[in-house]
Amino acid sequence: MAAAARAAECGVRVGIVDDNSALGGQIWRGEPDFERKSDEQKTEAAEWAGRVSTAGVTPLCGLRVVHQPEAGILLAEDLGGFCELTYEKLVLATGARERFLPFPGWTLPNVMGAGGLQAMVKSGLPIRGKRVIVAGTGPLLLAVAAYLHKHGAEIRAICEQASWGSLARFGLALSGWPAKLVQALQLKRDLAGVPFAANSWPQAAHGQQTLESANLCWAGRVETINCDYLACGFHLVPNIELPLLLGCALDKGCVRVNDFQETTLSSVFCAGEPTSIGGVELALIEGQIAGLAAAGHATQARALFGKRQKARRFAHLLNHTFRLRPELSHLPLSETMVCRCEDVSYSRLRQHTSWRAAKLHTRCGMGPCQGRVCGPATQFLFKWNPDSVRPPVFPARVETLAAFAGELQLQRREVTGGR
Amino acid sequence: MLRQVMSNQVTVTVNHTPVVVPVGTSVAVAVALAGQACRTSVSGEPRGPLCGMGICFECRVAIDGKPHCRSCQVLCQQGMEVNTAK
Repeated sequence: MAAAARAAECGVRVGIVDDNSALGGQIWRGEPDFERKSDEQKTEAAEWAGRVSTAGVTPLCGLRVVHQPEAGILLAEDLGGFCELTYEKLVLATGARERFLPFPGWTLPNVMGAGGLQAMVKSGLPIRGKRVIVAGTGPLLLAVAAYLHKHGAEIRAICEQASWGSLARFGLALSGWPAKLVQALQLKRDLAGVPFAANSWPQAAHGQQTLESANLCWAGRVETINCDYLACGFHLVPNIELPLLLGCALDKGCVRVNDFQETTLSSVFCAGEPTSIGGVELALIEGQIAGLAAAGHATQARALFGKRQKARRFAHLLNHTFRLRPELSHLPLSETMVCRCEDVSYSRLRQHTSWRAAKLHTRCGMGPCQGRVCGPATQFLFKWNPDSVRPPVFPARVETLAAFAGELQLQRREVTGGR
Repeated sequence: MLRQVMSNQVTVTVNHTPVVVPVGTSVAVAVALAGQACRTSVSGEPRGPLCGMGICFECRVAIDGKPHCRSCQVLCQQGMEVNTAK
């Protein structure tokens, strides 16, 4: 949104293609009208939403890009059909997803991502009075717990796998980012009275048809707690599938960009989480730089470099603090499903030595999610590296795929700019 | 008054059972409110939404006869027919 607004304010034609039904991504996911809220984040979101609409950006929501048949043309589909999007400059802002780690019972309904449960509540799931455990790692846990708590959920426990020591170091380092410190203290106040422990993680989830209770490794001992929802997220992984498909080069698992957020492909820019997991503040700065640079305003873009540098240092601090502890790789039992799409168990995967061998022999990573869930999990469990991405980058209908083979008449939509 | 309240709500069916939800509710939530799992996995396990953002495909259902729709990414519309995948 920041990229689109800044570029459009420079006078170029801009469209935002968003897979969601409304703009704003996961953090600013628009809340339904029947539950209007006003918190600080919303105000910033509202400000950018205002700029996007004032600048005359065309929102194309509920549309997902599945392929780039040739440079400058993207193929996208929605519920009703498909279309071609043409661009001169493209800004990729594909965001991040949560990292999910398998443990016994994690496939039960109502065991969800932390951000996943929050997104469901934002989409109307009644949470008042429900018993929730939030577990995993990263600042998102507290943000989600505070959100759910505010909406009447009974947060039974927050499990953070990082150690008290690294949290303490993180807390000290926060003094360099006063705004973040204020945010952290606000979260602490919001969550007063909610049980929180470091060195803690989910060990197993139990239930017949749906979740009933969870075993937690809670600061050194195992506790069983009854709950309605278990929200688990182990920090974030960048969504690099689309950049990879287009041919952008990577650097340590993230999209490589220059000072102007331009990828190794000319005219293709990238901003936010795909270039490094850094949170909304960094994403907004990078987005603005990308938008300005794409619109040809290098000087204005350069003015934001200093702010970006500072935000990047914070990103580095986050990723260091919330790195995963090795014990988590021992959570799955032999029969625990690792690939949820194809139901491939831990014991079947353990026999293989690479992601490709596992795919060929077990179909792991070949279901509809295309390894988006089990890829990062097996990377952590077995140190496997997923290889190339192939089109379509998301499952697509045959009619859409047939379209780029030239067999169907396309409905063309002219768009300058991109996501 | 009743009409006003009603106008902020839509009715969808989940496996032919009507579910009334506020406007802006996702299909995944309607399925949860109907007490249903979204799909049955390859080995027969019930599954529900995981990521809530259109990545994991665990919440896929048939909407108005169209199979494999990610229910977390679609908002309920009046009269929508949702069927969980068997």
